[in-house]
Amino acid sequence: MLQKRVVVCLDVRDGRTVKSVQFENTQELGDPVAMAEAYYRQGVDELVFYDITASAERRGIMIDVVRRVAERIFIPFCVGGGLATVDDIKAVILAGAEKVSLNSQAVKNPDLIRQGAKMYGSQSIVLAIDAKADASMPCGYRVVINGGRTPTDLDVLDWARKGHELGAGEIVLNSIDADGTKAGYELTLTKMISQALPIPVVASGGAGTPEHLRAVLQEGKADAALVASMVHYGTYTLAQIKDELAASGVAVRR
Amino acid sequence: MTVGILDYDAGNLTSVENALRHLGHRWVLSREPEALKDTDRLIFPGDGHAATSMDNLKARGLDQLLVDFVARGRPVLGICVGSQIVLDSSEEGDARCLGLIPGTCRRLPGGPGLKVPHMGWNTVHFEADHALVAGVPQDSSFYFVHSYYTIPDASVPLLGTTDHGIRFVVGFVKDTLATWQFHPEKSGEVGLKLVDNFLNWRP
Repeated sequence: MLQKRVVVCLDVRDGRTVKSVQFENTQELGDPVAMAEAYYRQGVDELVFYDITASAERRGIMIDVVRRVAERIFIPFCVGGGLATVDDIKAVILAGAEKVSLNSQAVKNPDLIRQGAKMYGSQSIVLAIDAKADASMPCGYRVVINGGRTPTDLDVLDWARKGHELGAGEIVLNSIDADGTKAGYELTLTKMISQALPIPVVASGGAGTPEHLRAVLQEGKADAALVASMVHYGTYTLAQIKDELAASGVAVRR
Repeated sequence: MTVGILDYDAGNLTSVENALRHLGHRWVLSREPEALKDTDRLIFPGDGHAATSMDNLKARGLDQLLVDFVARGRPVLGICVGSQIVLDSSEEGDARCLGLIPGTCRRLPGGPGLKVPHMGWNTVHFEADHALVAGVPQDSSFYFVHSYYTIPDASVPLLGTTDHGIRFVVGFVKDTLATWQFHPEKSGEVGLKLVDNFLNWRP
């Protein structure tokens, strides 16, 4: 039976893991390569690195991080953040990432999804969507970009479907409303998108306890759940999360 | 010992190279049969489309290289699409494949709650006590990404099966040719052990 995945997310700036993008007072958490290796040893199913390096000149640092991670960990990992061209995608994939995550740049240029899928296959192209509750949208959620700061005209369900049609092989669905609250994932949103699409959906935003993961994987129908601060600060280990999920009847890799 | 890796534009091979480096082996990665023909064993990876993969193999004469390797009794490991196109045919693109092992490939049926592609970690039940699976616990999890599954002929010895709505074959072996549908190079320590077992295999 296909297992539900627990995915750890690392925000990387200038080659260092930092506390979430949402906060102004960014705090360093450590070396992303060492952290990736530690999570790999603890049994994480997949990793996501978001490059939040501000200056274009320093982006080469991220490619070096990707290369060093790929030499040390032997599970799939995904890289996102600012990838705007096919050449950007190519650089990350050739450095050893299994997947790339496209977000704001895909909204601005949807053909990037199609081009990326044609070159590396749908399994390598992840569409990340930042969703914000908005009763004026048909599905009840609006796509926002630039880290949640800029609203778009896109309906989340329409955009997820379009992304799949263009060739995205997976959706990372981040609730801007739940992000950083540690009060649980947005179950209504996650269930709606996961049931509407034939491709896997990774729930993101709001994880605070293993129970939150159980809820989004069972009731929210997500295929995977993304966690960050709850493991970065040592509140929970991956083993504790997986033990609790298994005890609740969620199939996970042990 | 030198390991050859077939490069035929069938996905990214960096992870295969990284796994071999980690295990302390040397390799030759090439798209030229001439550069690969004197290696001791071959890894035949692949992501992507069966018909396109066959076209790419043939365009470079790599199909004949695989036939020759098997005929001379040198070990070959097919991974993912590499495990599919060693069979006679595939439903994907109505492809006529290498025919090194009798069998065919069909699309996974999917169903309610069963997404296709079958993507993520799934448990593999080893169907034989074989040198290729030595030291790996029964029902370990491996990383899959595929939409088609292999149906080798009933005469072909099986290595493993898994379940995604239906139970299907994810590894088989005939003479010196072995295959895995999942990606051992991306399946953590148990996956690396399977790669190591292949590199030490004396069929």
